[in-house]
Amino acid sequence: MYGNDFSAPDGPRPATDAGPGPDEPASFLAVLAEEGRIEPRDEMPEAYRRTLVRQIAQHAHSEIIGMQPEGNWISRAPSLRRKGILMAKVQDEAGHGLYLYAAAETLGVDRADLLDQLHDGRQKYSSIFNYPTLTWADMGAIGWLVDGAAIVNQVPLCRCSFGPYARAMVRVCKEESFHQRQGFEILHTLSHGTPAQRAMAQDAVDRYWWPSLMMFGPTDTGPDASAGHTAQSMAWGIKRFSNDELRQRFIDMTVPQAEALGLTLPDPELRWNDERGHYDHGRIDFTELFEVIKGNGPCNAERMAHRVRAHEDGAWVREAAEAYAAKRTQEQEHVA
Amino acid sequence: MTTPRPSSPPPLRSSTEERRGDPGQRTPDNHVDHVLGLADDALVSAQRMGWWISRAPQLEEDLALANIGLDLLGQARALLSHAGALEGQGRGEDDLAYWRDERDFRNVKLVERPQEDFGVAMARLLVLSTWQSELYAALQRSTDPVLAAVAAKAAKEVAYHHDHATRWVLRLGDGTPESHARMQAALDAEWPWIEELFDESHLDPALVTDGVAVAPSSLREPVLRRLGDVVRSATLEVPDVPARVPGGRAGLHTEHLGRMLAEMQHLTRSHPGATW
Ligand SMILES: [Fe+2]
Ligand SMILES: [Fe+2]
Repeated sequence: MYGNDFSAPDGPRPATDAGPGPDEPASFLAVLAEEGRIEPRDEMPEAYRRTLVRQIAQHAHSEIIGMQPEGNWISRAPSLRRKGILMAKVQDEAGHGLYLYAAAETLGVDRADLLDQLHDGRQKYSSIFNYPTLTWADMGAIGWLVDGAAIVNQVPLCRCSFGPYARAMVRVCKEESFHQRQGFEILHTLSHGTPAQRAMAQDAVDRYWWPSLMMFGPTDTGPDASAGHTAQSMAWGIKRFSNDELRQRFIDMTVPQAEALGLTLPDPELRWNDERGHYDHGRIDFTELFEVIKGNGPCNAERMAHRVRAHEDGAWVREAAEAYAAKRTQEQEHVA
Repeated sequence: MTTPRPSSPPPLRSSTEERRGDPGQRTPDNHVDHVLGLADDALVSAQRMGWWISRAPQLEEDLALANIGLDLLGQARALLSHAGALEGQGRGEDDLAYWRDERDFRNVKLVERPQEDFGVAMARLLVLSTWQSELYAALQRSTDPVLAAVAAKAAKEVAYHHDHATRWVLRLGDGTPESHARMQAALDAEWPWIEELFDESHLDPALVTDGVAVAPSSLREPVLRRLGDVVRSATLEVPDVPARVPGGRAGLHTEHLGRMLAEMQHLTRSHPGATW
């Protein structure tokens, strides 16, 4: 999720995993073979369309649920400059949600429907947003690690076979890299500040490190690979790299940055492997991820309640806007 | 917890009443107070607007309200820095935002009350942006060049806020029976606080004479006329309600401000001398 597509192994399997079959039109296969872009009016297999709807919707939902953990600190940001940066960041996430819902709508669904599916639990959002933001340093850890992981997931999606999704990702990735730098800068300031600030920064990194690694989804290569959508999504040019490759890329990128921050990552087994040319890391406990996906994370209930409440509290406003627009249309027809 | 560094903020000032010079004689403090009042209007409004981000009725509105909040925050920062410079005691925007207590805040009471109903938020934004647009239009000619420059930039921003609030008041007023009733109730709730915007009892008249400030009472007619126009086009009624007593400009606030500041200032004050 959040630019990836997986579910808990014992959760309900989305019914969209039909393998490449006779319903894959030749024109579609030709575009894939050329690494071209499928556009909304092009022929495409129904399973491809449904997979994309699900993935793009989950991605959009993640952007808007992701406004909450950081929105939690807007009122308490410790300087006016930081308050402004944080407000702008959360606003960017709303914008990402908008682009993505618009990309999903090109596939013949509508935003209101997708939101209903989020609100009644039929569609998911990234598990990372079910963790609480307990201190100001979490704004740094989220920017640095969560936006950082999102970038690693999303950069390959800029080459996704579905045109509108790929184009949305190009815009989104530019902003995510700002967010990542801002997060790094928050942590850098804290880690070079007072002992209390430094402790706050380390604590945030300790809490967000493992959940960030889980953002890439379960292991999908080697003997521990869990059955997922990876193979099919790769065949369709939606996914370009396995979860494990992306996770490794993120770790390799992040370890030197942690050193630059003067903060430690909470994994004693993390060390450079010359032979592999990558960092080795400790075992990731995916049972936690699956629990969070199933709804048993620390903040699932709060995130959903907040979202549903905003939606329900706004119903009278949306209804009024529709009624007003309908009256104006009627008036115009009257004049015409 | 850390020990304060030498650069930690100086002790809070004594209350305005003690510092104020003879009325009619412009003192630097009165000038600072005036700028602080406008800064605090913007800061407190930005803080209230921030609440809406992730809670708006639709995603487009999360974006719009964040934009408006960011504009107001930008105005607040520019005005606070200016107030600090005028004061000349080395206080910057954050010293003024985070290290003053509620009795030292100079904002009008209109902006400090919670606004967790969308109708109320739009009614208040309509009032605030109508008043600010008249105010900043006039302040562009202030003899205080910094104030004039801030006003010139802010005038464009609040024109957008006014447009945004107007559209919503029209939609909600002339939408459904429910939205009509709720919008009317929101206007009724905000209207008693309008009069304070025109109150002159805490403004040094010398500031007006010298062309630094705009006489608040001179804005009453255009502001009320423009508000009335929008309200009537929205099929709503201009509330006929008694005005609440002013006092915000003298640091006499509602009980809401203290709570809002407690939340806003808590982290900063827990780490005196820290930079963020
Ligand atoms: Fe985003
Ligand atoms: Fe982001």
